[in-house]
Amino acid sequence: MFLSQVTSPHTVRHDHTRNIMRRVILAAIPGLLVSCWFFGLGPLFNVLLCSLFAAGFESLVLKLRQRPIGFYLKDYSVLVTGVLLGLALPPWSPWWLLLVATGFAVVFGKQLFGGLGQNPFNPAMLGYVVVLVSFPVDMTSWPAAHAVTFSGGLSHMFAGTPWLDGWSQATVLDSLKNNQGLTLDELWDGYTGFGWLSSRDSELVNLAFLLGGLWLLHKKVYTWHAPAGMLGALFVMSLIFWGGNGSESNGSPLFHLFSGATMLGAFFIITDPVSSATSTRGRLLFGIGVGILVYIIRSWGGYPDAIAFSVLLMNLCAPTLDYFTRPRTYGHDKAKRGFNTEGQ
Amino acid sequence: MSTHWTLHKFHGGIHPLENKQQSTTMPIQQAALPGLLVVPLLQHIGQPAEPCVSEGEHVYKGQLIASPAGLGAAIHAPSSGVVERIGAAPYPHASGQPYNAIEIRTDGKDQWHPDIRPANPDELDDEQLLQRIRAAGISGMGGAGFPTATKLRSGQQASIDTLIINGTECEPYITADDMLMRERAADILSGAAILQRLLDARQVVIAIEDNKPQAIAAMQAALGTRPWHVVSIPTLYPSGGERQLIKVLTGKEVPSGGLPAHIGIVCQNVGTAAAVHDAVYLGRPLISRITTLTGAALKQPMNVECLVGTPVIELLQQAGLDQTRMNRVIVGGPMMGFSLADLNAPVIKTGNCLIASTEQEMPAPEPALPCIRCGECELACPAGLLPQQLLFYAQGDDHEQLQANNLFDCIECGACSYVCSSKIPLVQYYRSAKADIREQQQKQIKAEHARQRFEFRQERLRLEEERKAAERQARAERMAKAKAAKEKADAAKPAPVAGSDPSADQLKKLKIEASMARVALTKAEKQLAQHDTPELHAQVAQLKATAEAAQQALAAAEPDATAAAPAAEKPAKAARPALSEAAKKAKIELAMARAALKKAERAEASEDELAPLREAMLKAEQTLADAETGTPE
Repeated sequence: MFLSQVTSPHTVRHDHTRNIMRRVILAAIPGLLVSCWFFGLGPLFNVLLCSLFAAGFESLVLKLRQRPIGFYLKDYSVLVTGVLLGLALPPWSPWWLLLVATGFAVVFGKQLFGGLGQNPFNPAMLGYVVVLVSFPVDMTSWPAAHAVTFSGGLSHMFAGTPWLDGWSQATVLDSLKNNQGLTLDELWDGYTGFGWLSSRDSELVNLAFLLGGLWLLHKKVYTWHAPAGMLGALFVMSLIFWGGNGSESNGSPLFHLFSGATMLGAFFIITDPVSSATSTRGRLLFGIGVGILVYIIRSWGGYPDAIAFSVLLMNLCAPTLDYFTRPRTYGHDKAKRGFNTEGQ
Repeated sequence: MSTHWTLHKFHGGIHPLENKQQSTTMPIQQAALPGLLVVPLLQHIGQPAEPCVSEGEHVYKGQLIASPAGLGAAIHAPSSGVVERIGAAPYPHASGQPYNAIEIRTDGKDQWHPDIRPANPDELDDEQLLQRIRAAGISGMGGAGFPTATKLRSGQQASIDTLIINGTECEPYITADDMLMRERAADILSGAAILQRLLDARQVVIAIEDNKPQAIAAMQAALGTRPWHVVSIPTLYPSGGERQLIKVLTGKEVPSGGLPAHIGIVCQNVGTAAAVHDAVYLGRPLISRITTLTGAALKQPMNVECLVGTPVIELLQQAGLDQTRMNRVIVGGPMMGFSLADLNAPVIKTGNCLIASTEQEMPAPEPALPCIRCGECELACPAGLLPQQLLFYAQGDDHEQLQANNLFDCIECGACSYVCSSKIPLVQYYRSAKADIREQQQKQIKAEHARQRFEFRQERLRLEEERKAAERQARAERMAKAKAAKEKADAAKPAPVAGSDPSADQLKKLKIEASMARVALTKAEKQLAQHDTPELHAQVAQLKATAEAAQQALAAAEPDATAAAPAAEKPAKAARPALSEAAKKAKIELAMARAALKKAERAEASEDELAPLREAMLKAEQTLADAETGTPE
């Protein structure tokens, strides 16, 4: 008779890290579909290539580190990195750009720190920033909605053929940044494809990511703290520094919430638990920090969008946030906070 | 009385599958009398009890067989029979190690000890009541097993406002308290009344999770006119934990490291209250308990009333154990219980549940993935800790940070492990880290004791040395005084006694100087042999000269002394035969007086005592001098 000796608890919830990762990928599908509606199969090709590269790099490093490849690939975490990178990079990006971004994300952003759970920075955002600062031309040439043909996209992606005239367009964030004395109404009247709040593609893609994020919240993949912190801070900042609709305007709060990668960032990027602060209170502050930084860089910095930089900067602050956001333990009058480990 | 009761919330908590319905389909069954009872000497928190029977002795049911030593509880024979063996036996413990037990071969008569008699608590004073509870060997029946009499005693010393009777039973699978409340509500309440009386508690609250409507109804019905509160609380693990329950019922928190009594609250399990009833009213010690037998490997899960000491295997077989399907046996609940290594281990006073599970029901743990800090554990932790951070520090053996993150406030409820999506055995990390820290603290305490002992010893030696030095000095001063007094007396005498030879003194001094010079010289020479430096050469040469000078001085002094000594002796020798009888007598008297004085001085006698002795000696000297002068040559 065999009696297994197992430490308590003997019953566990039937959930698994791989399910969490799978849910994140599932929740990104609406955003991907809407994106494909506007940009053809470009976003899908991005996602597929990035996922392929990511799995390849992960396997390579796992092999070098003599770790079981199948076991770690099955946690799907590297696929999340690949999918998010594919969604964040411009549709129909050249294949080598995807390769470099994914390589930096997986090898330098994740595996060199020890793999899953050990990375101080969000791997996808690290890869994104590396190609953003290295290849600014490719990174700022977003295709215009409904413009690129399938063959044109493929040849841009794999043969390096440059975009034809009219195939690419400045994003709304670019336009606002480079606004030369036009009122907002004049500016958006001159922007083809402007919708209700932002460009039609931006606002709908953001809406799709928002819906995916709400589903993840409903599934309790994460708590509301980080997304609410970021969106709230971005809203408040853009309300304070809005400046009306005149030529000095920084854009309305709703414009900021539905432009660029706001919703992707709020529900898919800053919710990466590994590189974020760890307590709920810390995550709220983490989100607020990202929201403020996004607005500062968008309005007064050198880049039109700023999710990646803001996330990386807040990743740096996460360990310190952890020291200062410990919850109050049962039976203690107040929480022990700060670097001091002596009893307080 | 069922009044509205304001409930509060504790942080976190989880909703594991309850699995309670399987074992509540039939009333409490009586377990069969086993042939051999294995009664371990440690069934409670504290020190093991000491056996007070010997092998081969016949015992009655309820007879004291081991008495408490220190913090502990008495242990009684669960049935009548013969003590077969006292020694290591299978023991229900997470370690799987055997423990000392008294094995009783039952005789089947189940004969009560004749001294066991009922009593009416109204005729007993508080001290007698407490004595009856202590003598019954009752310890907490909820799982921890703290000796009840000790808890009540410390409760009496505090000022208790609220007595909580804990019928929460929040762990999945366990239904022992549920069934006890359904069937013996009146006994629980009369036991609780005794507890209230002993603690002088203002109010009594009976807390039951709302997944036990029948138990709530039974307790309500049994309440009668008592102005107590039966409170139904939301089902949420671990609301039955003492600290969590206190928070739910009162909104107060037990201070970290403190006891509920510190905030005027005492918690007692419903099983404990029933045991108190049995002990006080019937005089029966705690020798049996209700145990849940459940799990998918049992054909008929149920609750049994079984004797303490009944081997687990016999109970499981009574419930239809299918050994081929069983993969583990858990003592206690699935959240905090431990897996049993030997099915011959007995049920003890704290054993509220046995789960014989199948592989499908409780599969082997999956391999753990790295922590992704998802924070689910933080949301589940009922102590308000950051389990993910504790894991991080436990893996790094960072004891300082573990304590800064309040590791010792962890109640090991297992909620964090339960929710962990990376399948990390978090509680095991904390248990191990706690053990490490405790061990290190023990070591530190030991080292501190050793240091203190050493310092005390040094201090004692120093004081002793000082005391001796002071004594020596005092003695020397007294000697000098006495000498001075003697010299004064001598000076008054015409013939001074030949004092200590000055030349001998000088000789001694010279000898010492010479030997010191020699020692210094050899030391320096040794050093020179090791380090050949010109300074050392010069030093050695100088020392050599000094030593030679000292030697010479000594040599010069010695012949004088040797020459002087015989010369001084001769006249005395010559005078000796000429001594008269009177002089002889005087001399003897003088010697005796001197000896007496010296003895007194050595014994550090006071001046008052010494004075007459000194006088006597002077008188003797005078007599001798008279006798000598008066003696013709």
